[in-house]
Amino acid sequence: MNPRGETYLWIAQRASAAVLGLCVLVHLATIIYAVQGGLTGAEILARTRGNAGWLAFYAIFVAAVAVHAPIGLRSVLAEWLGWRGRGRDAALVAFALILAGLGMRAVLGVYA
Amino acid sequence: MSATLNVSVWRGGADGAYRDYEVPRHESQTVLDVVTHIQRALDPTLAYRYACRVGMCGSCAMTVNGAPRWTCRTHVDKVYKNRKLEIAPLRNLPVIRDLVADMREFFDKWARARGQFRGARTKADDFARVAPGSEARKLVDAAIECIGCGVCYSACDVVAAIPEYLGPAALNRAWTLAKDERDTLGVDRLRAVAGDAGCHACHTHMSCTERCPKGLSPTAGISGLKRAVAGAALRGEL
Amino acid sequence: MSRWLALAHRLSGLALALFLPVHFWVLGRALELDAFLAWTEQPLVKFAEWGLVVLLALHLAGGLRVLMLEFLPWRDWAKGLAAGVAGFALAAGLAFALAL
Ligand code: SF4
Ligand code: SF4
Ligand code: FES
Repeated sequence: MNPRGETYLWIAQRASAAVLGLCVLVHLATIIYAVQGGLTGAEILARTRGNAGWLAFYAIFVAAVAVHAPIGLRSVLAEWLGWRGRGRDAALVAFALILAGLGMRAVLGVYA
Repeated sequence: MSATLNVSVWRGGADGAYRDYEVPRHESQTVLDVVTHIQRALDPTLAYRYACRVGMCGSCAMTVNGAPRWTCRTHVDKVYKNRKLEIAPLRNLPVIRDLVADMREFFDKWARARGQFRGARTKADDFARVAPGSEARKLVDAAIECIGCGVCYSACDVVAAIPEYLGPAALNRAWTLAKDERDTLGVDRLRAVAGDAGCHACHTHMSCTERCPKGLSPTAGISGLKRAVAGAALRGEL
Repeated sequence: MSRWLALAHRLSGLALALFLPVHFWVLGRALELDAFLAWTEQPLVKFAEWGLVVLLALHLAGGLRVLMLEFLPWRDWAKGLAAGVAGFALAAGLAFALAL
């Protein structure tokens, strides 16, 4: 990676952070509201099934997470484990894809 | 106030060790006074650096009780906690001997961050006039008083983790030039400070800002560079 | 001070990155959700969940601090931000504990 690419990663990291800031606030509020009186699968599904608004919200949430988390891990791996270079970046792309894949599957699973 | 201070001083190179000294205590004594007393009265082989003694030259920084400080302006009263005074060379730099750190890498990074002024005028031209109240000039003013002491560099955890990271002082310098309307280096400098070894490696810890003896905020300058570099990248100029 | 905050921000981010694949995996198996939710009724798991909510709030607040420092004009409030971060994480943790 060159300085220009690393600059784009920084932009992606901060932009996704701004999106996540909003998403996490909504998510935290939902969690705190939803756990009152205990959680049941049916209750979660009643909220999410066929609700296009939730679908869009959580799809954006998952996409932002898949961008944000691997870039954060990138510096942690460099600083704490001394792992840099192409191998690390390839592993992180794989991690991003896994997050996006599992995340989208989950979103669709509670929607359909 | 007890009559003597218990002082541990780093002796030797990287594999050296602390040695203990007893130093008479005085009113308004600085840490540099303590070190000077040890060298003049107790052990003339002690190596350390200073020049101005009044907080201008930036040569006397050391690690005092675990934190980097300018020793000529640090009073013993302020740091002599638990009857312990431990003095070591600056962290994040190689030790030459005793309290003397090798500053070469620190200043080489200023050069790598394109820390030199590059103007377009010659001495045949009139003086440049920079409006003192302009936004850019105010930003430069806030960052310009750096004495190159290396305290911020020594306090930064990213420098410790990533050896090629340019560090707060060099980036702060680049920021003052990036905001200098007479300077012509422009995007070349932004390119030099971009990415994993430059401003984008900074985690906004603020350790540099908390420690800078001149009260500067390298964190603010580095944040400005991050935005300037990102802007250049988005405009396709980088 | 800020240094410990940065460490907390990093550790919470790390923990969340490890937790997310598991979180998604469980939600992806919507049919077995109830069995899983029954498992989460155990006190120890409840405590871990409380920890996760606090981590999320901590990481959020730490991230907002970084964004403010990087994108807003520099002011002296910057030094007080640390307390705001700790306060927000605590408040979110309390709210969740009370709602449980
Ligand atoms: S704000 Fe940046 S330069 Fe300053 S100590 Fe933190 S990481 Fe280092
Ligand atoms: S920014 Fe402050 S701490 Fe860093 S070298 Fe300059 S004067 Fe020293
Ligand atoms: S001796 Fe010059 S700054 Fe301390």
